[in-house]
Amino acid sequence: MIYIRNLSFGYSKDAKIFNGLDFSLEKGEKIGLVGPNGAGKTTLFHLIMGLLRPDSGEIRVFGRLRKSEKDFSEVRRRIGLLFQDSEDQLFCPTVEEDIAFGPLNLGMSHSEAKAVVQETCGRLGLNGLQKKVIHRLSGGEKRLVALASVVAMNPECYLLDEPTAGLDTRTTARFLRYLREYADTYIIITHNREVLKNAADRIYGLREGRMEPFSL
Amino acid sequence: MHLEEFAEGNSFLHRLDPRVKILTLGPYAVVIAAAHGAAVPVAALVSSSVMAAAAGLDRKKLLNRLAAVNIFVLILWLFIPFSYPGEEMFTAGPLTLTKEGLLYVFTITMKTNAIVLATIAVLGTSEVFSLAHAFVHLKAPGKLVYLFFFFYRYISVLHEEYSRLRRAMKIRSFRPRTNMHTYKSYACLVGMLLVSSYERSHRIYNAMLCRGFSGRFPVIDHFSLKKHDIIFGVFMSIITIMFIIILNVA
Repeated sequence: MIYIRNLSFGYSKDAKIFNGLDFSLEKGEKIGLVGPNGAGKTTLFHLIMGLLRPDSGEIRVFGRLRKSEKDFSEVRRRIGLLFQDSEDQLFCPTVEEDIAFGPLNLGMSHSEAKAVVQETCGRLGLNGLQKKVIHRLSGGEKRLVALASVVAMNPECYLLDEPTAGLDTRTTARFLRYLREYADTYIIITHNREVLKNAADRIYGLREGRMEPFSL
Repeated sequence: MHLEEFAEGNSFLHRLDPRVKILTLGPYAVVIAAAHGAAVPVAALVSSSVMAAAAGLDRKKLLNRLAAVNIFVLILWLFIPFSYPGEEMFTAGPLTLTKEGLLYVFTITMKTNAIVLATIAVLGTSEVFSLAHAFVHLKAPGKLVYLFFFFYRYISVLHEEYSRLRRAMKIRSFRPRTNMHTYKSYACLVGMLLVSSYERSHRIYNAMLCRGFSGRFPVIDHFSLKKHDIIFGVFMSIITIMFIIILNVA
């Protein structure tokens, strides 16, 4: 699904985060990604989504080389990125509005979008929150709504950036249950060993711009 | 931080279509603001008070809002009666109180309170987001609507960020005084707010791109005009037209 060859990227000229990174993700793989702070885990996600552009190297997603903004708009439709901070991801005032934003952008009608909102809320156990105002939700609820907003796009693959950081055990369990039941391909960045054990088939460590197999 | 304290409620005004509210309040406020003489402003204060009463708002909160506005009006009372040319009423040293000045500042007070009351009763009883929706439906410029909408969505986030920074300062024993250290610290706080909101706006834009944003906001709920919307619209129009007639007769 995702093939990265010889990727180089740095936020400034002298500080390269990646220098010749190779990485791939096949359909059905569940990969855990660990690494020290500042290793470039989030940066990698943003490069895959085309939010950042590499200095050199190839990014192939869904079998096509991705270079321009247009190439990446298809990637963004089919890959769901969950941000580290839910406050960044949720920008509509109400839960329903936010979950419907993606489906409406994909060209769904209002009744279709409402049906998607309903189904997604059901799956994630968010029923009853639809009309709530987002800034009055708790941190855990915000995270689940952020996930719902990604799920509503029905992505083929998820990129999850520390999805369980700051969540209590119950909300974490809800999160993991969702992944087990509905997500078959994803990369999950986390520092939580329990989550890695439960949610990842393989674990990579990102260190000094290289991916290495990592064992718990 | 609670921005919509008047929007919670279930009065007749709370249930109205926000499009009708915007369309009728606009002319109502403009006619009051442009009125000359005292008759229309006084009548307007009465009609606006009726609206506020109909909205069933929390009296204490409402008076608080009005008090904030009337602080500015109070400043006008200090200056206008003594600086407006007209018939002399009272002289004390270099100060001359004029009849026209008093009348003028009185009408300003009436107008201000009438418009603020009506705005709170009519627009304040709708959620900010449904007002933004209404503006979209009324074909207001997209950029303005989004500006309004994001302002509303993120002002509480910004306020939280501000409180967080304030707390961070407090736990390190910061106490504001009138000195350079205080000014510098506040400058840092404002600077941090600017930088972090700039960066946040980038992240939000990225999040929007990830969900297929193409420069246009989809709207999920559509409004439909009901009987009480039309009644309210007609009622507001009649009041506004009556004001115009009074102005023309006088």
